Amino acid sequence: MSTLLEVKNLKTHFFSKNKVFPVVDGLDFNVKKGETLAIVGESGSGKSITSLSIMGLVPKPGGKTVAGEIIFDGTDLLSLSENEMYKVRGNDIAMIFQEPMTSLNPVLTIGEQITEVLIYHKKISKKEARQRAVDLLKIVGFARAEEILDDYPHRLSGGMRQRVMIAMAMSCDPKLLIADEPTTALDVTVQAQILELMKDLSHKFDSSIILITHDLGVVAELADRVLVMYAGQVVEESEIVQLFDNPLHPYTQGLLGSVPKINEEQERLSSIGGNVPSPDNFPKGCRFSTRCPHVMEKCIENQPDLIEVYPGRKSRCFLHEEGDS
Amino acid sequence: MSTATLNDSKTNNDAKSDILLEVNGLKKYFPVKSGILQKTVGHVKAVDDVSFFIKKGETFGLVGESGCGKSTAGRSIIRLYEPTDGQILFDGEDISYLKEKQLKPYRKDIQMVFQDPFSSLNPRKTVGTILEEPFRVHNLYTKAERKERVEHLLDRVGLMPQLRDRYPHEFSGGQRQRIGIARALTLNPKLIIGDEPVSALDVSIQSQVLNIMNDLQEEFGLTYLFIAHDLSVVKHISDRIGVMYLGRMMEVTDKRTLYKNPMHPYTQALLSAIPKSHPSEVKRERIILKGDVPSPSNPPKGCVFHTRCPQAMDHCKEIVPTLKELEPGHFVACHLYE
Repeated sequence: MSTLLEVKNLKTHFFSKNKVFPVVDGLDFNVKKGETLAIVGESGSGKSITSLSIMGLVPKPGGKTVAGEIIFDGTDLLSLSENEMYKVRGNDIAMIFQEPMTSLNPVLTIGEQITEVLIYHKKISKKEARQRAVDLLKIVGFARAEEILDDYPHRLSGGMRQRVMIAMAMSCDPKLLIADEPTTALDVTVQAQILELMKDLSHKFDSSIILITHDLGVVAELADRVLVMYAGQVVEESEIVQLFDNPLHPYTQGLLGSVPKINEEQERLSSIGGNVPSPDNFPKGCRFSTRCPHVMEKCIENQPDLIEVYPGRKSRCFLHEEGDS
Repeated sequence: MSTATLNDSKTNNDAKSDILLEVNGLKKYFPVKSGILQKTVGHVKAVDDVSFFIKKGETFGLVGESGCGKSTAGRSIIRLYEPTDGQILFDGEDISYLKEKQLKPYRKDIQMVFQDPFSSLNPRKTVGTILEEPFRVHNLYTKAERKERVEHLLDRVGLMPQLRDRYPHEFSGGQRQRIGIARALTLNPKLIIGDEPVSALDVSIQSQVLNIMNDLQEEFGLTYLFIAHDLSVVKHISDRIGVMYLGRMMEVTDKRTLYKNPMHPYTQALLSAIPKSHPSEVKRERIILKGDVPSPSNPPKGCVFHTRCPQAMDHCKEIVPTLKELEPGHFVACHLYE
């Protein structure tokens, strides 16, 4: 499979009067054509800012991508001007946001919002755009697509709005779809609908997906490969089954152990002590050292590198070096 | 009637004294008002004829999707809402219509932990003041004793006693939720109602809080009513579980039976919707429900679930099924089993 997106040493920092917050700090990863890459992490790990950096939507003022390259289909997105980015956003790269309640414009009809994207990027007539919008709404499972087009967002439920968002995102056949917590705000039965839909669409449209989530269940359903983020860095990168079978990094192990399992009896959950450190106060050495059950002296002083432990599996931990020597 | 079957089962299986909380036919309707004169034009039937009981020392999980009335049920039990109809028996006493003054002794016995750790603590008070407030309200202990108790409570939930002088904004979400739990514990309650106590927390923090709740239950002999939408979490913490849909109780049973042998079609769909816990896990066939939960202000006639039920029959549209005990301790409200 060829590579669609390559992110090299991405650093997005936030600045206040006299402090720097390295929210995303030196990220390297790639997304291959047609694959679903999940980025997992707890709140504050920098996963959402990573996706906004790719889209060029880092909140301003305050935030800035200070270093790195984001090579998408041969072009470095960071070198593009704002006008050139307009042509990429929504067309080549589309995004689905977490909050279906706030990410649609309440004063425009569903039809106006979907056709706007199509008319801008595909340069087609209003009538054609409307027809295409009907087709899209049918693909995402609306039986009465024509009627929905003239409805306003407030008339739809959360699950329906999220399907409209997906229809809108898929409208220009994007090469890359970024889904930021697409099912977090939804109920389980509706979440199951949306996950099935996303699985279907990724096959149908052959798009690559970056799935950002904190929910390991959603990851297990959808992803091919996983990046685990902690405190602005990747701590583990792995193919999906191996990650669940044999997590390498102590943080991933803790994360997987924290989830109650539905088909097992557990007296006690394993948990990770402490809290995610704040970005203005990351530990000097390994960023997980303050919560790690296997912490060693050198972890407190030095930062481990992300090393390839097995082919295709990387982990950022000194424990693996110990094992090698 | 559903209440009758519930009572029968109790007298058969357990001594009356084993039951801490008993809810019989609880209803909570909110009026919908409209026009200049604010005339009542209808009702949102948030909780509609719900019955269950909780035994001493057990954890009863109440699950359901948003809008199913699980939080309203919890809030009616603690009398934050006035119940429209029905009976709430706490330790054998009917507390459903007691006046505020008569209710005060029971306020000590039933406490609540709220969902949002960011808005349930007063930002202008220190943690110490927040935790001492219940003592002041009920006029208990001297100043020195209060201080000592607060420090002990903080220690029990895994926070350092020195933190008593800090303000809520200085704490993370997980720490705040522990303060919320400590506050619920101040008056040595018998029953704690947790309204989605871990849903706002990250997984690693969620497991910390769940473990603390388990430890405290053992230590203080607490009884929990645990309200949540996350089925894995509910399964982990509960002994028995009630499944609600659109204001009604669909199924009540112990957790093992619920997950091994769910009988109500809604419970079956709900369980099959849980994402896999391992990518190579083979799921039993997933039942995808069509559409969304209907609005509780205009619930479907007959069985409230018939609009989405894959096994709906003609009379489901007309007749409301009652909660019946099909196997010992296993209650289901569905026409399929008649």
